[in-house]
Amino acid sequence: MGGFPILSVTTFLPLSGVLLIFLFHKRSADNVDVARHIALWTSLATFVASLVMLRGFDSGSSSFQMVELVPWMPSLGIAYHVGVDGISVLFIVLSAFLTPLCIISSWASVKSRVNEYMVSFLILETFMIGTFCALDLLQFYIFFEGVLLPMYLIIGVWGGSNRVYAAYKFFIYTLFGSVFMLIAFLAIHFLAGTTDIVELFEKKQEFSFSVQAILWLAFFSSFAVKVPMWPVHTWLPDAHVEAPTAGSVILAGVLLKMGGYGFLRLSIPLLPDATSYFAPLVFSLSIVALVYASYIALVQEDMKKLIAYSSVAHMGYVTIGIFTLNVQGVEGAIFQMLSHGIVSSALFLCVGTVYDRLHTREISRYGGLATNMPRYALIFMVMMLASVGLPGTSGFVGEFLILVGAFQANVLVAALTATGLVLGCMYMLWLYRRVIFGKLYKTDCQTMSDLGLREVFVFAPLVLLVFWMGIYPVSFSKVSSASVLHLINNYELALSSPSESSDQAGLPIRTDDRQVVAQALWRPVDRERAEGLGGAH
Amino acid sequence: MWFIAVFPPLLGAVIAGLAGRMIGDRGSQLVTCSGVIASAIASVWLFFNIGIHHSESHVIELFTWFSSGTFKASWALRFDTLTAVMLVVVNFVSACVHVYSVGYMSHDHHKPRFMAYLSLFTFCMLMLVTANNLMQMFFGWEGVGLCSYLLINFWYEKPSANAAAIKAFVVNRAGDFGFALGIMTLYVLTGVLDFDAIFAAVPSVAGQTSAFLGYSVNVLTVACLLLFMGAMGKSAQLGLHTWLPDAMEGPTPVSALIHAATMVTAGVFMLARLSPVFEYAPTALAVVAIVGALTAFVAATIGLTQFDIKRVIAYSTMSQLGYMFFAIGVSAYSAAMFHLMTHAFFKALLFLGAGSVIHAMSGEQDMRKMGGIARRIPVTYGLMWIGSLALAGVPFFAGYYSKDMILEASFAAGTGIGQFTYWIGICAAVMTAFYSWRLIFMTFHGKPRADHHVMDHVHEAPLVMLAPLLALAIGSICAGFIGYEYFVGHGRVEFWGRSLFVLSNQDSVSVAHHALPVWVGQLPTVVGGIGILLALVAYVLIPTLPSLIVERIRPVYAFVLAKWRFDELYDFLFVKTALRIGLAFWKTGDAKVIEGLGPNAASALVRVSAWKVSMAQTGYIFHYAFVMVIGLVILIAWFMIK
Repeated sequence: MGGFPILSVTTFLPLSGVLLIFLFHKRSADNVDVARHIALWTSLATFVASLVMLRGFDSGSSSFQMVELVPWMPSLGIAYHVGVDGISVLFIVLSAFLTPLCIISSWASVKSRVNEYMVSFLILETFMIGTFCALDLLQFYIFFEGVLLPMYLIIGVWGGSNRVYAAYKFFIYTLFGSVFMLIAFLAIHFLAGTTDIVELFEKKQEFSFSVQAILWLAFFSSFAVKVPMWPVHTWLPDAHVEAPTAGSVILAGVLLKMGGYGFLRLSIPLLPDATSYFAPLVFSLSIVALVYASYIALVQEDMKKLIAYSSVAHMGYVTIGIFTLNVQGVEGAIFQMLSHGIVSSALFLCVGTVYDRLHTREISRYGGLATNMPRYALIFMVMMLASVGLPGTSGFVGEFLILVGAFQANVLVAALTATGLVLGCMYMLWLYRRVIFGKLYKTDCQTMSDLGLREVFVFAPLVLLVFWMGIYPVSFSKVSSASVLHLINNYELALSSPSESSDQAGLPIRTDDRQVVAQALWRPVDRERAEGLGGAH
Repeated sequence: MWFIAVFPPLLGAVIAGLAGRMIGDRGSQLVTCSGVIASAIASVWLFFNIGIHHSESHVIELFTWFSSGTFKASWALRFDTLTAVMLVVVNFVSACVHVYSVGYMSHDHHKPRFMAYLSLFTFCMLMLVTANNLMQMFFGWEGVGLCSYLLINFWYEKPSANAAAIKAFVVNRAGDFGFALGIMTLYVLTGVLDFDAIFAAVPSVAGQTSAFLGYSVNVLTVACLLLFMGAMGKSAQLGLHTWLPDAMEGPTPVSALIHAATMVTAGVFMLARLSPVFEYAPTALAVVAIVGALTAFVAATIGLTQFDIKRVIAYSTMSQLGYMFFAIGVSAYSAAMFHLMTHAFFKALLFLGAGSVIHAMSGEQDMRKMGGIARRIPVTYGLMWIGSLALAGVPFFAGYYSKDMILEASFAAGTGIGQFTYWIGICAAVMTAFYSWRLIFMTFHGKPRADHHVMDHVHEAPLVMLAPLLALAIGSICAGFIGYEYFVGHGRVEFWGRSLFVLSNQDSVSVAHHALPVWVGQLPTVVGGIGILLALVAYVLIPTLPSLIVERIRPVYAFVLAKWRFDELYDFLFVKTALRIGLAFWKTGDAKVIEGLGPNAASALVRVSAWKVSMAQTGYIFHYAFVMVIGLVILIAWFMIK
C-alpha cells in the first residue's frame, strides 16, 4: 500500500491506447497504420510495466504483494482490491507478452475495421490482466466475464465464414457456466458477509460440506467450460477455427488458463473439502479429455481444429496436475499452463502464417513445405516438439511434473495420463509430416515464400522462451513455488482440521512422508489406512 | 578436457544447422567433423585416465534443471568407467561416420543439414551417457530419438522415409511411456533422482510391496520392468522392435551410427548404469534375459530370409542386442558392455561397408541384383570379411571374445534361465554365421545379376570413405583381445571400479572364469564354423539348395519372411483401430452425443418452446376469451376446494 500502483497501471494502460485511437479516429480513418502503431506501442508499454511488476515481485513470499485496496461499495463490503502472488504474477506477464505479438501478427492480415480490431484487443488485454489481479469476487467476476465481449466480437466480426455460429456458441457456453458462478459469489457474500478474497482466506471461513459441494460445482461449471474440460469442450474447436489467428492465440494462450487459474485461486483454498471430494471426478474427466481429444486430433483435416483438440488434451494435463494437490502436480500445472500459452500460441501463429499465403486451413492442400520454407519448417518443428513434450523444451517440464504429482496421488491416474506421451506425438507428427514433408508438387504451395522479417520477429521470442523454459525452468518455477507451497499447506491444514464435514475419501498424500507414500503407492488409500500400514511396517 | 569431450558436437550442430548456407558445404563438414574428432580425442584421454589409471571418477554439476519440492535434478556430467567406455565408443564411431559421410553424401544437396543432425545426435548421445540422474538420461534418451527421427526422415520427399520416421518415434515413445513411469516409481520409492543416491537407497527398499488394482506387487521389480520397457523400445527388443528395420530408410551412415553402434545400445547402457538397482530385482532380470534371448533368436531367423542388404544387417543388430540383454539378465553386465563395445566397431564397419557397396551399385540395396563384384571393389570386400568374421565370433576377432563371454556367463549362471539363454544363443550363433556369409556370397560372389549400366559404374569408394572403414576394421580386429583383460578378465574389478555392481552370489562372469566345462566355451566357435560352411554349401557349392528348402517349408518360410507378421498385427491392432476410434469419437461422440444432447438440444428446446408460446398468440378474441374463462373456472375451483 502507498507505493506506486503498478498493478492498476498495468491493468488499465491498454485503455489509454483505446482512448488515443478514439482521439485519432478521424485522422486514422484512411490511414489505419496509426491505430496499429498506437495499439502496438501501448501493448509494448504494458508489457514493460508487467516486467517492472515482475521485478518488484518478491518470490520468497507467499502473500499477496503490490496490493491496492480502494473502497468501492463500502455498504456491501465490496472494494477495488488488487494484488498478485506467485500463482497469478506470471499469467499477467504472459498476457502482456502475447498481446503485442498478436498485434504484430495481424499487422497485414487484418484489413477491415482496423481501429475497432485494435480497440478490441486492448480492451481484452485490460480484462485479462484484471482477472489475474483481482482480489475481490465481484471484481473477479466482472473482469472474467468482460473478457467474453471483445473475444465475442473478435470471432464474430473478423472471423471465418461460419463466424457468427462459432461466436454465439462460444458466448453461450461460457456464459451458461458463469451464471452459476455468479450465484455462488452471491451465496458466499450472504454466508460470509464479504466478497474479499484475502479476507475469506484469512477468516478461514468454514462452509459446511454440503454448501462447499454446491459452491464447488457452481465454480466448476464456469471454470470447466473455460479450460475446457470434457464434455463441455465442443465450443473450442469451432471458436478456434473461425477466429482470426490473433484471436486463436489469445484464446489458447490466455483465456483457457483462466479456468485453471480459477481452480487454483478460488476452488481449492475456499472449498478444500469439496475439492478433495471431487478430485476423482476431475481426474476422470481429464483423462477422458486427454485420450478422447488425442484420438480426435488424429483424424482432423483442418489444421486449426487439430491444434484446438490438442489444446483440450493438454489442458487435461493441467486439471490433473491441479487436483493432485501436491507440490509437483500444482507447480507442473502452472508451468504447463505457461508453456501451453507459449506453444499453442506459436502453433496457431504457424497455421496463420501459411493461411495468410494460401487462405486455407485444410491440411491436404499443403505438403513439402520444407523445400521452399526451411525457416518456417524449423520453427514449426521446434513448436511441434514442444507440444509433444520433448525434454529440453518447455512442454516437457510441466508434463513430467504433472505426471510425478499424479503418480503420488494415484498411480492409476498417472499411468493413464502417461498414455498422452504416446497419443500426443502421433497427431502432431502426422500433421507435421503432411504439411512440411513429402514432395513439393502442388503448384500453389510452390509459390509460397519463406518467413519474412516481421514473422521472424514474432516467432523469435517464442522460440527463445520454449528453450529457456525447457532448459532452465527454475527461473520461472521459483516465482510460483512459495505460493504453491502455501496453497498446499493450507489445503492440507483445512482437510486435517476436524470439521463436521471432513470427508477423507480424497487422495492427498504428503510428499515429505516417504514411508506413507511408498505404502500407499499403488492404491488411493485414505490417510488413516496408509498411516496404519506405515505404523505396522 | 571433459568439456571438449562433450560440447564440440553441439557447437558444430548449431553452426552447421543455422549458418549452413553461409559457411557452405565444405565449411559445415569441417566444423562438424573437427568438433567430433576433438571430442573423440578427449574421450580417449578420459578413458585412459579413468579406466586404465583409475583416477577418481567425478561429477561436474552445471546448473539446476528441475526443482520442485523434493523433485530435484541438475544438468551434470558424470565421469566414471562406464561413461568413459561409452564416450570412446560414441565419439570414435561418430567421428568415423562423420568423415565417411563427407564422401557418401557428396551428391546430396543438403549436406549442412545432414552434418548438423549427425552432430546433434552425437551431442544428445553424450548427454545420455554422461547423465548423473534419471532426468538427464531421459533428456538424452528422447534427444537421440528425435535425431533418429530427423535422420531417418532425412530424404523427406520419400513417403516411405516419412512413415518409417514416424513409426520410429511413436514406437520409441511407447517404450518411453514405460521409462517415464519407471523414473517416477523409482523416485517415489527412494525420494531421489541422482544415481548415487538411488543406489544407496535401493537395498533398503528392495522388498517393499504395494497393492495395485488389487494385486500385491514388488515395487522395485515393477520399476525395473518399466525401465526395461524403455530399453526395449530404444534397443529394438522383441515387441517394440518393428521400427528398426524400417529405419533403414535413412542414409547408410545413419544406420551405422544410430541404428547399429550407438543409439540402439542405449538400452543396454541404461540397464548397466542401473545395475545396482536391477541386481535387487531378480524377477525383472529374468524377464530381461528371456526377452533378450527371444529377440536374439527371432531376429536371427528373420535375418536368414531378407534380401535387402541393410535389413539383413539391421536384423543382425537386433539379434546381437538380444545377446547383450540376456547377458544383463544373468548379471553379466561387464560382458554386455564388452559386447556393446566390440559390436559397435564391427557393426559400424559392416554398415559402412554395405554403404560402400550400395554406393558402388548406384543405390541398389537388393542382394538379388548384386553378385560378382568382389574383384571390382576389393578393399570393401576385404573389410566386409573382417566385419563378418568379427560378427560370427571367429577366433581372435573382436566378437569372439565378447560373444563367448556372454554365452559362458549365461551357462555359468547355473539357473534354468541361464541354460535357456545359452542354448538359444548357440542357435542364434549358427544363424548369425550363416546369414553373414549368405550376405557375402550373394553380394560379392557368383555371376553379376545387375544390368550392365550398373556394372559398368561399379567403383571402389574414395579414400575419405575407406579411411574410416579401415579405422573401424582395426577396432574389429583388436578390440577383443586388447579389451578382454580389462572388461571381463581378471582386471575387470579394478577397471569398472564402482560403476558396475553385481551381487556376489549372482556374479556369473566370475563363475565363468573358474568352474565351467571346456566344451561350453568352444561350442560357439564350432557352431559359428558350421554356419559358415552351411552358407558356403547353400550359396556357392549347390546354389539350388535354398529354393529347394524353401519349397519344402513354404508356410514357415513365408511367416519368417514376413518378419513374423508383427507389422500386420500392429497395424491391425493399433494404427487402424486408432483411426477408427478417432473418427468415432469425433463424428459420433462430439458431433452427435455431446452436441446433440448439449447445445443443439438446448437451442432446439428454446426454439420449440418459443414456437409453442407463439402458437398461443393467435390473435382471435374468442381464443383469448376462452382461455380466460377456463382460467377463471380453475381459479374458483381452487379456492372452493381449499
